[in-house]
Amino acid sequence: MRAIGIVLAGGNSHRMKELSQKRAVAAMPIAGSYRSIDFALSNMTNAHIQKVAVLTQYNARSLNEHLSSSKWWDFGRKQGGLSVLSPVVTADNGSWYRGTADAIYQNMDFLKNSHEPYVIIASGDCIYKLDYNKVLEYHIEKKADITVVCKDIEGSEGLERYGTIRMNEESRIEEFEEKPIVAKSRTISCGIYIIRRRQLIELLEKCAEEDRYDFVKDILIRYKSMKRIYGYKIKSYWKNIASVEDYFNTNMDFLKPDIRNYFFNEYPDVYSKVDDLPPAKYNVGSNVKNSLISSGCIVNGTVENSIVFKSAFIGNNCTIKNSIILNDVYIGDNTYIENCIVESRDTIPANSCYKGEDGIKIVIEKNMRYRF
Amino acid sequence: MYKKEMIAMLLAGGQGSRLGVLTSKVAKPAVAFGGKYRIIDFPLSNCINSGVDTVGVLTQYQPLRLNSHIGIGIPWDLDRNIGGVSVLPPYEKSKNSEWYTGTANAIYQNIDYMEAYNPDYVLILSGDHIYKMDYEVMLDFHKANGAEVTIAAMPVPIEEAKRFGIVITDENKKIQDFEEKPEHPRSNLASMGIYIFNWKTLKEALITLADQPALDFGKHVIPYCHGKGAPLYAYEFNGYWKDVGTLNSYWEANMELIDIIPEFNLYEEYWKIYTRSEILPPQYVSADSVVEKSIIGEGSTILGKVYNSVIGCGVTIGAGTVVRDSIIMNRTEIGENCELNKAIIAEEVVVGKNVKLGIGEEAENETDPHIYNHGIVTIGEKSVIPDGITVGKNSVIFGKTSSEDFENAYLASGKTLIKAGDKA
Repeated sequence: MRAIGIVLAGGNSHRMKELSQKRAVAAMPIAGSYRSIDFALSNMTNAHIQKVAVLTQYNARSLNEHLSSSKWWDFGRKQGGLSVLSPVVTADNGSWYRGTADAIYQNMDFLKNSHEPYVIIASGDCIYKLDYNKVLEYHIEKKADITVVCKDIEGSEGLERYGTIRMNEESRIEEFEEKPIVAKSRTISCGIYIIRRRQLIELLEKCAEEDRYDFVKDILIRYKSMKRIYGYKIKSYWKNIASVEDYFNTNMDFLKPDIRNYFFNEYPDVYSKVDDLPPAKYNVGSNVKNSLISSGCIVNGTVENSIVFKSAFIGNNCTIKNSIILNDVYIGDNTYIENCIVESRDTIPANSCYKGEDGIKIVIEKNMRYRF
Repeated sequence: MYKKEMIAMLLAGGQGSRLGVLTSKVAKPAVAFGGKYRIIDFPLSNCINSGVDTVGVLTQYQPLRLNSHIGIGIPWDLDRNIGGVSVLPPYEKSKNSEWYTGTANAIYQNIDYMEAYNPDYVLILSGDHIYKMDYEVMLDFHKANGAEVTIAAMPVPIEEAKRFGIVITDENKKIQDFEEKPEHPRSNLASMGIYIFNWKTLKEALITLADQPALDFGKHVIPYCHGKGAPLYAYEFNGYWKDVGTLNSYWEANMELIDIIPEFNLYEEYWKIYTRSEILPPQYVSADSVVEKSIIGEGSTILGKVYNSVIGCGVTIGAGTVVRDSIIMNRTEIGENCELNKAIIAEEVVVGKNVKLGIGEEAENETDPHIYNHGIVTIGEKSVIPDGITVGKNSVIFGKTSSEDFENAYLASGKTLIKAGDKA
């Protein structure tokens, strides 16, 4: 095995608004049956990477539960496997992860106790399929110190949320700006890096000495002229979900046949925790149009252009339009929901009406079911 | 020495020939049921839900699908350090190598397996019924009565009792007598083929009766124990229990799942049914589709109309197609503008465009009227049906067919078209 994997899953984002109260972004449910981190983990296992650490910090309960068994991604191996690493108090450290570099630095033993020459660093809040081995080959071929996976995005909107990159004709990164006010390039970093393990250890130790904690700012940007940092451009689907709009739109992308086919039917598969739910049930009166319905759902009403996650119950005479209904939501009879994201385990009383007027409305209600 | 209070032995070696082509390539317990399950999932889930964590699964007939489904038992949490699920096929011995010749003979050949767990009780199950049952409650009953053998039995309508093995009990449910398919039944308590034995009693009986050809529980072991004077009790079970041994009962049991509140409810939080999920994504229902009174498994794509049907995982139903009262199993593809009426279509079948199934008047099946009846069209696994074919009722198709196999693109009611078999 040539590489070990690190998945950064510690972050929350104020751009997720109320949705990130419950969970880290990496644990956000995606496309009916998955969680965001499944994509990075599946890419790891599909690239035959057998030793992976997930670094968590922010509200990791959902994430820990999701990762409670590593067998779903085939990480239940005798060698390597999946480790979930949260910040811990030790004799010489008592702080939270102060940044991405610090998060890895605090788990230095994971790097030092491995023998694989390379490290793949990915983040848990991106939706994509990528063969990391192809990136690794490119990295070796370019004799790069660090390879950054990047992508050109259409239009200039939202660029200020990413790190933007300018490369020379040899794909060496000449400029790297984190969250620029005015972006000079439409090429953004996808937050996926390959680096030699020894090099990473060295850089992290140097950062720690200087009280620097951020991988992008303190390693990529700071060392961009000293180290050979290359960009690997991808053209395939890649989306970051760390804002309400992006989260909504990324989910809605799965209503398009080509995207569904790319993720669901084309090799390789995306894996997730299996929930032992019965098939979805459509009762008399159900009227489902252009929607994704997940297992365990019971549908009695109308669902249009929506994504319904696992175990949702939709009552009689309901209308759900252009919405995302997360796991285990109960929607009472005669309810109207449009342009909403309904938070998981909500109980929506009968005869309710929720409508996102300008933009997406996040619906958070108490779980009242066990009171009846 | 290991110690398990009760272990289960699950008989899963039978062909289930009354399911016709559905069991041509798979053992009956591995036949798909209820959208995403296989029949064996029900007894296996009952075991783990009842706290029985050691299960020997006896296989013989076409075990491939069964083996890959069970694997090391992960879906049922039966991957254990000690115990768990073990698949037990017949094996060669230095003398007297033989197939499993009867239900009890299969158990007899695995005495060493059972002995290894040093059990007090052995639960005998069969892999071909749909039910939820707490075997622990049955064990409590067994212990409370000081029984050596307890037989699970359920009340059936007296006019149907002659189809079953009937037990006659006293007021304390102690068994007085048996009747196998009696003409004039004296009781309506039908044996469900589920037994709890004291291990000592079972072992002694199996060894004593070892030379009996086709050693069977109902015919030999139970009467032997009764004749010896061992206390036998009947454990009355009043829940849902369905034998899916015929195509019609299989079809009916599937259709019962789509009732508003089905008698057999898969949606209960407690007593979940577990299965191996090979396909994970959600299902897609298109803008022009209608789905009503149906259940649909993961990853299916519905572009047509589906009424009163049970659809498995990874199924594609083409645009303009209308499916009614049908069962479609995993990974089958139905083309555009088809019409399916009361069809049972096994796994990985490819149906072309403009195909019509279950059309016209009923006629008795020409080859196996006792199997293919009630107007059901049956299509065996991995079959291919070309574009534009019309098929009548009580008919059966199995194998890769082409338009030359049909006269005027038509297969009349009651016809059998089988192009696959053991060698295919």
